[in-house]
Amino acid sequence: MAESPFKADIERVQKEYSEKMTPGAIAYIPGSSVVNKTGSWRVFMPEFNRDKCTRCFLCYIYCPEPAIYLDEEGYPVFDYDYCKGCGICANECPVDAIVMVRETK
Amino acid sequence: MPIRTVMKANEAAAWAAKLAKPKVIAAFPITPSTLVPEKISEFVANGELDAEFIKVESEHSAISACVGASAAGVRTFTATASQGLALMHEVIFIAAGMRLPIVVAVGNRALSAPINIWNDWQDSISERDTGWLQFYAENNQEALDLILIAFKVAEDERVLLPAMVGFDAFILTHTVEPVEIPDQEAVDEFLGEYEPKYAYLDPAKPITQGTLAFPAHYMEARYTVWEANENAKKVIDEVFAEFEKRFGRKYQKVEEYRTDDAEIIFVTMGSLAGTVKEYVDHLREQGVRAGAAKLTVYRPFPTEEVRELAKKAKVIALLEKNVTFSVGGALFQDFSRALVNLDERPKVVDFILGLGGRDVTFKDLDEALEIAQKALNGEEFDEVNWIGLRKEIL
Repeated sequence: MAESPFKADIERVQKEYSEKMTPGAIAYIPGSSVVNKTGSWRVFMPEFNRDKCTRCFLCYIYCPEPAIYLDEEGYPVFDYDYCKGCGICANECPVDAIVMVRETK
Repeated sequence: MPIRTVMKANEAAAWAAKLAKPKVIAAFPITPSTLVPEKISEFVANGELDAEFIKVESEHSAISACVGASAAGVRTFTATASQGLALMHEVIFIAAGMRLPIVVAVGNRALSAPINIWNDWQDSISERDTGWLQFYAENNQEALDLILIAFKVAEDERVLLPAMVGFDAFILTHTVEPVEIPDQEAVDEFLGEYEPKYAYLDPAKPITQGTLAFPAHYMEARYTVWEANENAKKVIDEVFAEFEKRFGRKYQKVEEYRTDDAEIIFVTMGSLAGTVKEYVDHLREQGVRAGAAKLTVYRPFPTEEVRELAKKAKVIALLEKNVTFSVGGALFQDFSRALVNLDERPKVVDFILGLGGRDVTFKDLDEALEIAQKALNGEEFDEVNWIGLRKEIL
């Protein structure tokens, strides 16, 4: 799997995110949500069929998280650390290359 | 020149708010503190106070608007009482947890049911575990002064906690007393401009307030509220001293009256303190060695001062207008906690009286004294006593 384009951001926030408690527990560094992986509460996960994909980018555009990025060839890559399993990508995919399956792990 | 005039505690609170120059006041009228927002809206409408007066649909919205305004970085004020304060409860926790120095004037009133608009302390006492600072005024002048003091303490960088100032419903809120209104310049010098260091809106420096904290952080966040309460003890002393220097009126966390050779010390808060002082004078004439003490500050609880007070007495009689069911009153728990590990400690007797606006008379206090004297003489006594209870109708 291609590397997440947010990797540098994640590392920066992880490094900068102060462990020190601020008055009122204010978060001063934007992007703390990057540290808190939000994929853990997913029930359905998108399963991707590369052969059917026409590289139309619709899944990439519609992902509200955004947990989909594109690899060098333009195919979508799903970041399961942040995918909440909403199913919007599967719904938007015009060629049914994405199917939502129950999380089994 | 300070102006000496006569006014109700509600007006005094409104005047204190005017002198403190808050930028946002959000309030919903509730008996007995209705006059506070009324008077403030008058100040705002007349252009005497440059502030945003937000008319809201409930107390929950009032305190929410205050939280929002305070988080945006301005001085905020509101007034409430009883069920109104109870309706704020959810957001009261948020204000303390977010460390927003909001000041709330509370016209201390009984809680339903049955519906009762008269005085006791149950409303603000019920909020004692929220992290807020709590001050109790004995008279209208104190209501004005303590609100100014509350702003100064709340906004101190070492504290940054919201504060409520309680004054007894109708006993103070609707009775007229001489009050000295300090000079605007003197108050400006005393309070200064509110400059938020942590919480304010700045597009160039985005922050997240009121965040979610996982178990790994929540406990530490709550501890910072605890720590701020501890810091407040010292800050309150400093502010009291500065207030005395500037305005000449002396405040203490625990104010003592004729306690030097006292055997029995009556401890109370709010307007009842005046009655008790007079009662102590009356007892002294009869040769009873009694003293009185008043808690001006209830949260943070003045543990050290209470321990000092306990050294002077053989019996501490707590007169309180609130109930913690099956335990006694709130002060009883606090005093018991403060004294429990001392080697030598006085007996503590708890008296619940004056609930729902019931008058507290010398006759009631005589009843309390009788039980306190039992404790003094080593006889058996009840720890918790309801005074002035009409047993014949039970």
